Amino acid sequence: MNTAALIGKDPGWLILVKGLLIFVFCVVCTLMAVWGERRIVARMQMRLGPNRVGKFGLLQALADGVKLALKEDLIPAAADKIVFIVAPVISATTCFMAFAVIPFTGKVTLFGHKTAMQLTDLPVSVLYILAIASVGVYGIVLAGWSSGSTYPLLGGLRSSAQVISYEVAMGLSLVAVFIYSGSMSTSEIVAAQHQWWYAVVLFPSFVIYVISMVGETNRAPFDLAEAEGELVGGFHTEYSSLKFALFFLAEYVNIVAVSSLATTLFLGGYHALPGLTFTESWLGGWFTLIWFVAKVVAFFFLFVWLRGTLPRLRYDQFMKFGWKVLIPTSLVWILVLATLRVMAERSVSRPIVIGFSIGVVLFVVLVTTLYDRSVEVAKRRAVLPEFPAPNFPVPALPGQVLEGASMAITQEVTQDVTQEVKQEESEIHNG
Amino acid sequence: MADEPKSFSQQLLGFWVTFSTMFKKVNTVQYPEEREGTAERFHGRHQLNRYDDGLEKCIGCELCAWACPADAIYVEGADNTEEERFSPGERYGQVYQINYLRCIFCGLCIEACPTRALTMTNEFELADNSRAKLIFEKEDLLAPLRQGMIAPPHPMYPDLTHIDYYKGEITGSHPTQQVVHEGEAK
Repeated sequence: MNTAALIGKDPGWLILVKGLLIFVFCVVCTLMAVWGERRIVARMQMRLGPNRVGKFGLLQALADGVKLALKEDLIPAAADKIVFIVAPVISATTCFMAFAVIPFTGKVTLFGHKTAMQLTDLPVSVLYILAIASVGVYGIVLAGWSSGSTYPLLGGLRSSAQVISYEVAMGLSLVAVFIYSGSMSTSEIVAAQHQWWYAVVLFPSFVIYVISMVGETNRAPFDLAEAEGELVGGFHTEYSSLKFALFFLAEYVNIVAVSSLATTLFLGGYHALPGLTFTESWLGGWFTLIWFVAKVVAFFFLFVWLRGTLPRLRYDQFMKFGWKVLIPTSLVWILVLATLRVMAERSVSRPIVIGFSIGVVLFVVLVTTLYDRSVEVAKRRAVLPEFPAPNFPVPALPGQVLEGASMAITQEVTQDVTQEVKQEESEIHNG
Repeated sequence: MADEPKSFSQQLLGFWVTFSTMFKKVNTVQYPEEREGTAERFHGRHQLNRYDDGLEKCIGCELCAWACPADAIYVEGADNTEEERFSPGERYGQVYQINYLRCIFCGLCIEACPTRALTMTNEFELADNSRAKLIFEKEDLLAPLRQGMIAPPHPMYPDLTHIDYYKGEITGSHPTQQVVHEGEAK
C-alpha cells in the first residue's frame, strides 16, 4: 500500500492533529534556526553568539519575538493601509503551506492509526509547492509597493525579480526529478529513491537546485534585496513590530521549506543513509523522522555556511548568473536526460547509449574550450577606448594622452591661481 | 593584473577558512563576569586631585572648561580666605561640574590644567538611568582622602607658600593644619 492510499484513510481529527504538529514543527524550527544561525555564524567569526537567554541562549529567538510583539506598530502615512497589512499575512501563511505535502516519516502509528507523517498527497504535489512559492512572492511585491516609499519599492522589485527568475531554474532542475521518478507526488519520489538518491543520480540538477533555492529564499550571498548599503532593509524597511516578525518568520520557514523539499527530492527524504536502512524500523518507524530532520539541518548548515563565507553578489551579476548560466545549463541537462530516458524506454542497445553519452561529454568539453579561447582572444585584442581631448583641465582618462593645448590650459590656470594667492598674501602682509 | 579572479578551486578555499574558524578559540570576553581591564592610559571618568595634606589642586581657573570642545565642563571659582581655605593660593573651584552626556573623553581638559588638578581614571562604567545623574558634581569627582590627608577647608602647611605647593614640596599634613569646624565639635 503506498503512502497516498495510507494517508487517504485518515479520520478528520487525525488530519487536524497532523496539521497542528506540522505548524508546531515549523515554528520550533524557526526559533531553533534563528538561534542556530547566529551561533554558527558567530563561531565562524570567532565569536560566541547569543548565550544569555536560557540554556546556551536557546530562548534568544523567543525573547526577540516577545520584544518585537511589544514594539510600536507603525503604518507610514503614505502607505496603502489594507495592502500594507495584508502583505505580511500573505508571506507568513503561504510559507507554511508547502509543508502539507512534505513526507516527514515512513509508515508509523499515530494514536493507534496506521498512517504516515504527511498531511496530504497530491499527484502533482511538487507543482503545488512551486505554485505556493509563487503566491508567496505577492507578499514581497505588495509589501514593497504598499509602503509608499522608494527603498521598499526597489527592494520589493529586486526580491520579486530574483524569486521569479530563480524559480525558473528551480523548476527546471525539478523536471529532471520528474523524468527520472515518473511522478510528481512527493511520497512517490521519496519511495523511488530507496536505492539511489537523486542527489547522486541527477547531480547537476541537485547543484542547480541548491543554488536556486538560496536565490529563491533571498539569502546570502543572494540577499541583495536587503543590501543595507543600497536599499536599507529592502521590502520590509517600513515594517515594524508584529508585521516585521511575520516577514522574519516567513523567511526562516521558507528556508526550512526549501531544505525539506531538497531533502525530499534529492536526498531520499526520510530514508536512512545508505547502509543504515535497518534503522528505519526503529521506534515503530518514527526514527525516519530523525533522518529527515538531520538532512534538513544539514541543508540549513549549508545556508549558514554560505552566509558566513561568501560576499553579496552585485544585482546584474546575480541576474546574469541566473538567466545565462543556470537556466541554459539545466535546459541542456534536461535534454540529455530526456534523450537517455527515451533510449532506456525503447531499449536501445547499450553501445549507442554509451556513444551518445560520450558524444555529449565531448561536445560540452569542445564548447567550453572554444568559449575560453574566444574570451582570451577578445581580451588580447581589446584596446582601451579613445576619448576626445577635453577643452577644460581634467585628469587624463585611462589610455588618454593629454594634448599640448589642454596641458597649456592646465598650466595657465594653475599659474593664475598661484599668482592670485601670492597677491592676496602680499596684501595681507602689507595691510 | 592584481585583481585577476582566482581560480574556482582557490575560491572554494574560503569555505575551509570559515569552517576551520568554527573550532578556534573565540575572542569573546563574557564582560560583566570576566573583565580584561582597560589600557593603562584609557580615558575614563575624571578625577579632581589633592595635595598630600588634603588641600585641593584645583584653582578654579576654568582653563579646562575653555579647552573643552564639547562644552561639558562648568566651573565657578571663588576666593580662598584665611578662615576657609580649600586650595593653596588665591582661588579655588567652588562649583565644578562635568556633564557626561556631553563629554567625549578627548582629554583636552587634562592637557589644559595648569596644576594637574584634573586627570582621568580608568573607570568607564558611567551608564545611568537619568540625565541629572550624569552631571557629576565636585564631590563626585574629588579624589578620596588618603592616609594623612585632612579634609579641607584648613590652612596651608606652616611656613610653606603656594609656590612650594606647586613645586611639589608638600609631602603630608602638619598637626597644626587640623581645624575643628563649627558644628563638627566632638
